[in-house]
Amino acid sequence: MNTIVISLITLGVLGCLLAVILYLVAQKFKVYEDPRIDLVEAVLPGANCGGCGFPGCRGMAEACVKASSLDSLLCPVGGAATMGQIGEILGMAAAAGDPMVAVVRCNGTCGNRPKTTTYDGARSCQIIHNLYGGETGCMYGCLGCGDCVSVCKFDAIHMNPETGLPEVDEEKCVACGACAKTCPKKVIEIRKKGLKDKRVFVSCINKDKGGVAKKACAAACIGCGKCQKACKFEAITVANNVAYIDYEKCKACGMCVAECPTGAIHATEPVMAVVEKINAKKAAEAAAAKAAAETTQA
Amino acid sequence: MRTFRIGGLHPHDNKEFSAHKAITDVALPTQAVVPLAQHIGAPTKPVVAKGDKVLVGQVIAEAGGFMSANVHAPVSGTVAKVDSIVDSYGLPMPAIIIDVEGDEWLPEIDRTDNIISTIKAEPKEIIGKIQAAGIVGLGGACFPTHVKLSPPPGNKAECLIINAVECEPFLTCDHQLMLEHGEEIIIGIDIICKALGIDKAYIGIEGNKPDAIAKFEELVKKAVNHVEVVPLKLRYPQGGEKQLIDAVIRRQVPSGALPIATGAVVQNVATVYAVYQAVQKNRPLVDRVMTVTGPSVSNPGNYRVRFGTSLNDVIAAAGGVPEDTGKIICGGPMMGRAMANTNMPAHKRTSGILLLPESMSTRREPENCMRCGKCVDVCPMGLEPYLLSKMGDMRMWDEMEQHNVMDCIECGCCLYTCPSNRPLLDYIRMGKATVGGILRARAAAAKAAAEAAKAEEKK
Amino acid sequence: MNNLIVSPAPHVHTSNTVTKTMLNVIIALLPALVVAVIYFGMGALIVTGISVVSCVLFEYLINKFLLKKACTIGDLSAVVTGLLLAFNLPANLPWWIIVIGALVAIGIGKMTFGGLGNNPFNPALVGRVFLLISFPVQMTTWPVPQGFATKYIDAVTAATPLSAFNEGATEMPSYLDLLLGHVGGSFGEVSALALIIGGIYLLARKVITWHIPVSIILTVAVFSCILWLCDNTYMDPLTHLLAGGLMLGAIFMATDYATSPMTHMGQIIYGVLIGIIVVVIRTWGAYPEGMSFAILIMNAVTPLLNHYCRPRRFGENPKK
Repeated sequence: MNTIVISLITLGVLGCLLAVILYLVAQKFKVYEDPRIDLVEAVLPGANCGGCGFPGCRGMAEACVKASSLDSLLCPVGGAATMGQIGEILGMAAAAGDPMVAVVRCNGTCGNRPKTTTYDGARSCQIIHNLYGGETGCMYGCLGCGDCVSVCKFDAIHMNPETGLPEVDEEKCVACGACAKTCPKKVIEIRKKGLKDKRVFVSCINKDKGGVAKKACAAACIGCGKCQKACKFEAITVANNVAYIDYEKCKACGMCVAECPTGAIHATEPVMAVVEKINAKKAAEAAAAKAAAETTQA
Repeated sequence: MRTFRIGGLHPHDNKEFSAHKAITDVALPTQAVVPLAQHIGAPTKPVVAKGDKVLVGQVIAEAGGFMSANVHAPVSGTVAKVDSIVDSYGLPMPAIIIDVEGDEWLPEIDRTDNIISTIKAEPKEIIGKIQAAGIVGLGGACFPTHVKLSPPPGNKAECLIINAVECEPFLTCDHQLMLEHGEEIIIGIDIICKALGIDKAYIGIEGNKPDAIAKFEELVKKAVNHVEVVPLKLRYPQGGEKQLIDAVIRRQVPSGALPIATGAVVQNVATVYAVYQAVQKNRPLVDRVMTVTGPSVSNPGNYRVRFGTSLNDVIAAAGGVPEDTGKIICGGPMMGRAMANTNMPAHKRTSGILLLPESMSTRREPENCMRCGKCVDVCPMGLEPYLLSKMGDMRMWDEMEQHNVMDCIECGCCLYTCPSNRPLLDYIRMGKATVGGILRARAAAAKAAAEAAKAEEKK
Repeated sequence: MNNLIVSPAPHVHTSNTVTKTMLNVIIALLPALVVAVIYFGMGALIVTGISVVSCVLFEYLINKFLLKKACTIGDLSAVVTGLLLAFNLPANLPWWIIVIGALVAIGIGKMTFGGLGNNPFNPALVGRVFLLISFPVQMTTWPVPQGFATKYIDAVTAATPLSAFNEGATEMPSYLDLLLGHVGGSFGEVSALALIIGGIYLLARKVITWHIPVSIILTVAVFSCILWLCDNTYMDPLTHLLAGGLMLGAIFMATDYATSPMTHMGQIIYGVLIGIIVVVIRTWGAYPEGMSFAILIMNAVTPLLNHYCRPRRFGENPKK
């Protein structure tokens, strides 16, 4: 009995003593933190992707709390909704960002772009890029080793074994930009998702002269400028033998897609429907013209 | 025999294919493509335009700064155009294209074989002549020679080390050059000693060239300065500047410092020959000796090639590309670069063309690292390749920097020796490039910050 | 001509491979196996066979069905594990215990961590120690070496020199018997001579370097010599060196690539500490033999040694 009492007392006293010490130490070394940081962090997606430019979501939360306005801050993953919530917590107005998505600006599939050499080394785009121009005749296009796939934290980009090119899963892509940053050839661009998923972009960044580019890849942009003329919104510029569509100005009308001789301009499904209509109309006009010509000849 | 103290290995040297083959000239091309950047440092500026007539040895592109080297016309004829071509690595390369007409040289160039042993030029004049002649390190790095011969303030050259090691397997051009032009090389050594104001020189030769060692043991007696032949044990990468200094004079270049910190200036033997030509005969660097070799090449040998000659023509001179070729390498098998095609002109950096049959061209499938530590044993810089490569794979740039990735000399020993065939050096090289970029960015940022602070102070 | 192949330098490669390395280790283990068969008869072969086959089989099955990775049994590392595990067992161990040992060695000791090179502990020793703790009776019942007359089952049993000494025996086998292996014990470790021959082969083929075995053997010799000189009721140094699993451990188990330090400096520290722990366990511990435990303890320290024992960098402390 005695033993039990003694041990109870000693352990009890010891416990109390340690608790007091712990409390004192905790008080002494306490670091004041704005409680709003925790609140903001709870709203953030928690993927720590770094897409915002800060080291992880905690870093973003701290930056948000410190900032005097939320205009220059954006969580690409959560988008406007998350920024709105953060704005509510901090009592500031959040800038409304447009939803973005990563696009692969290369259409050098195995069929379009024949291999001229065989690479045999560590499978990394960066290593090939440092070594030489790439396995094909095009020194600008996708290298196909999937550095973008390995850096994606959202499982949103995958290599298509048939084309040898990466494909973005729009549902999963949060436009954090990790792939675009990693790609040594800068083939991937973060573009506006567009109204109802309507997007048009030039799927080529080959700066070679038309003939050289065409020889290396059947689907290369040859910088002919037809799209530029076809565009009614001045959204297309041709520089260094390659066209570029400004997504701020593009209305996704599809005129340029119908005009492109090499099929270098890509459009999403909703736009393609329009393009098909344009093409059908053109074909009909051509047929009519031909028929008219024949009749006059006759 | 001596060698360097850390790491190293001895790959089969395969020099028998082209060793002791006399240097032969490759015929002039009908069109020469002369690249503008044939050295490390600032690119050159072309000083000729389309339609200009040029003579051999005439400057066609001027150095773009101190760390740069002139480019001379290697052929005579008319400039067809100044354009960008695609080199053998699939990358753009600015070049001057000359249509060849005859072979007319500038009149002041002495093209005879007479050996001129009295050195009339003064040190300043020697360095000026070397700079004007566009001479760069012909061992492979293509570092402008006049820069190396002008030690930065605070450093003083104590001795000259001639790199006649040629530790790369397959290559024999330096060996053959030593056998054929020994006298000129000795005079070249005296010239460089005079320019540096020193009187001590060593010639490091690996033991697999006993005839060259014997020949030079004789020749050094004729030298004005105290020149010593140092036979070295066969060990790769002995031809690396740092390793050679360690092997010959037992001093190690401190990490991050220039080799001159040890008081040694290293020059390749082919560079020394070019220096002789430039100073004694006014002949700028317009050609070089290169080895064309490979196990199935029909006529392997050592060829003197004018810059601008297509590598296709050079290979044709050696009997053409063999049917079984799988890989064509510019340089040796340990540090040379594999080419995507051979439509590139020969230039100052081309020390050899190696045609490997398909059976020797592919790597074996990598297996798990079994942590045998062989890469650590052979690393001549005392690094841990297994760790660095893992960090490179995982993109841990800061850790790579802490583990001294910038010390790596990319000699390839780790990848050569790995029994698991892991692509160690591929990842280390990538890490080195990335960390180098980070360091440069940091230095630039620090400089900008310092300047901003200064500007602030002035206000 | 096909497309040219482009790869980063270097373009030539050593002919050495993982498989060749493992094959060399297997060849180096053969003399010990021959001696074991001479002294323990078919029992030694049966135990070796069961151990090797089950190790290889488990690696194959785990790769195929659990990890779904490429098959790695071709590198022969499972054969080496099987051999080393068998060499640490008595020659009359029931087959099912051996299979359990192989499962623990390959399944827990090796494949859990990702296969060859990723294991923190020597797989064969993990299997052996697991069996020693789980089946203490079977694992310490050693058959008397009677040549081919030794039966696999129901053999006449005896103590090992070390356990006999631990229990206070005064009569020890002669040094010659210890050298040749005419003593009781795990069948692969009895003959110091056969193991040393294997070690010399490994050194000649540059599979291992001298640092680990020599530092272990020297440390054991020096430490036990000091103890013996202070008080000669302790075991004499020569018996320490020749008896038990010391040679097998020092030459084959401690030198396992994955679990030993990378640099020579680290290897020497590792060897010295193994030597000290072995003598401490043998002299004052409850177990008569401590080689397995010593190596496993030092395996755990290896990452630390790798961290602190860096190779000497070129130009780090330039000697002028």
